[in-house]
Amino acid sequence: MKILVAVKRVIDPYAKVGPLADGSGIDTTNVKFDVNPFDEIAIEEAVRQKEKDPSIEIVAVTIGGSECTEQLQKALAMGADRAILVETDQAYDPSSLSKELEAVVRSESPDVILMGKQATDGDNNQVGQMLAARLGWPQATFACNVQFSGGKATVSRETDTGEETLELPLPAVITTDLRLNEPRYIGIAGIVKARSKPIDRRAPVTPGGTRVRSVKVESVPARAAGKKVASVEELMNELSSRGVGA
Amino acid sequence: MSRLLLVAFDPTDALGGAGFAGALGLPFDVLLLTGQAAPGIGAEKVLATGWTELPPSDAIASAVAGLAGGYSHLASVSAMRSKDALARLAGHLDAPMVTDVIAAEGPSQFKRPIVAGSLIETVAVDGNPIVLTFRPSGFSKPAPGAEVAADNLNLPGTSAVTRVSVSSRGGARPDLTQAKVIISGGRPLKDADTFERVIGGFADAVGGAAGATRAAVDSGIAPNELQVGQTGKIVAPDLYIAAGVSGSTQHMAGIKDSKIIVAINTDPDAPIFEIADLGLVADLYQALPELQEKLKK
Ligand SMILES: Cc1cc2nc3c(=O)[nH]c(=O)nc-3n(C[C@H](O)[C@H](O)[C@H](O)COP(=O)(O)OP(=O)(O)OC[C@H]3O[C@@H](n4cnc5c(N)ncnc54)[C@H](O)[C@@H]3O)c2cc1C
Repeated sequence: MKILVAVKRVIDPYAKVGPLADGSGIDTTNVKFDVNPFDEIAIEEAVRQKEKDPSIEIVAVTIGGSECTEQLQKALAMGADRAILVETDQAYDPSSLSKELEAVVRSESPDVILMGKQATDGDNNQVGQMLAARLGWPQATFACNVQFSGGKATVSRETDTGEETLELPLPAVITTDLRLNEPRYIGIAGIVKARSKPIDRRAPVTPGGTRVRSVKVESVPARAAGKKVASVEELMNELSSRGVGA
Repeated sequence: MSRLLLVAFDPTDALGGAGFAGALGLPFDVLLLTGQAAPGIGAEKVLATGWTELPPSDAIASAVAGLAGGYSHLASVSAMRSKDALARLAGHLDAPMVTDVIAAEGPSQFKRPIVAGSLIETVAVDGNPIVLTFRPSGFSKPAPGAEVAADNLNLPGTSAVTRVSVSSRGGARPDLTQAKVIISGGRPLKDADTFERVIGGFADAVGGAAGATRAAVDSGIAPNELQVGQTGKIVAPDLYIAAGVSGSTQHMAGIKDSKIIVAINTDPDAPIFEIADLGLVADLYQALPELQEKLKK
């Protein structure tokens, strides 16, 4: 079985970021980048599946500039077997990304695509579903448990009201939620081993581009400064004066 | 032709749609994925799939794709179910999509939060159709008129996926996204029993909903559907009480539209106090019962 894991380079999810002065984008001065935490969960899941079934091959893929090799190195250090960098300076939106990923899928023919449900920078939550639609493959989004057997995936997924379990024929697209697993800590051995694993750099085969164009990025209007109260009684008085519980 | 199809997962889902259609300046129809009649919100046509329950998202996406022809915009209220199905729909239609729209500047320019709600991006979309999910809290909500019976389309609901089981824990409490009062608890709630007793009990006493942080959900203190934040529910109650919640960027992303935020935390330097309207430095186990008694209906 072959698992393709799609990985995105994102701003460190714990960093505080602001807009550029001219509003043309996010100010990333002195900000670190990392693997999108949801994609890290996807890599971890692939590696755990491989630990159960060593015949699994894990291929990590990303679309972006050469700096994205850092994130592919991390995927390799966690246990992916090889990686693909679709190297480009183009801008993409989720739709054009799903087209380029579709091309990678056609050339790799994986049985399963695992990827984060959303990236923590754009928070779009679109690419996995769009890719599944293009391929005509079934999808299970927001996965919190994944099992493979007999050419099928059994996936439990988080829903608005709880959880449900789906059975999908393979090939299929699975997007990961936070509670699927806790990604492992990468040791020195993994990092060293990753250096000898291949990263295949290829040119994009679709035109890329974006139909969802960023016009302006701005800060969220701050909430008016709050007030500290000393007791529950004072809290109640303040609430009453604001029309609550009166 | 410019026209919006509001894809409503159930009849209440349609309620937020009138304000959204108004902000886009478009005439609109409603498609009920479940249910037979929609609240009267000014739709020109009300259609229904005829489904008694929601099929998996591949079936929803194909069914809606079959109706998309006459529409320039297809939109649903933001939720996990709509992101699941509408992004697949956008893939089918090769349409650009914008998720979590909080404001519309005409029919093709939208504002949405990015990076865990810490920034707002304005995007201009070039495409026909455009697929959208929107947060109803950003749009006006006129009082609905008389219910309108739907034209049943008897759409197929065939899916490649088999639903093996569903576990829905939703009880008698109001839904987080609809509630007027929310009480949320974090990691210090210790375990599921304590959470249910302290936070659940408070919610019941004031007729509100219970919410939780990711830390609380991850450690099994609260069920996943109660998670509020960047990757959980986005809420906009009149009153949000955060008890034992540190105030991470990701949690705040989900509560910023609350009218009044109250924080109860033992740590005077907890970041939650930076956005709370009213902050009380106190042990939640002491403060909450007292507050519950006073707020009780
Ligand atoms: C990709 C990603 C997505 C995420 N999405 C979300 C999300 O959607 N929602 C979310 O909530 N988090 C999310 N998080 C996690 C987030 O970063 C925080 O870890 C989490 O919100 C912290 O939860 P907490 O406030 O319960 O726990 P803590 O940060 O541990 O805070 C507990 C607080 O309780 C206070 N306290 C302790 N005892 C008491 C007491 N007896 N009485 C009163 N106060 C007390 C402490 O002073 C502290 O401030 C996400 C993280 C990542 C990386």
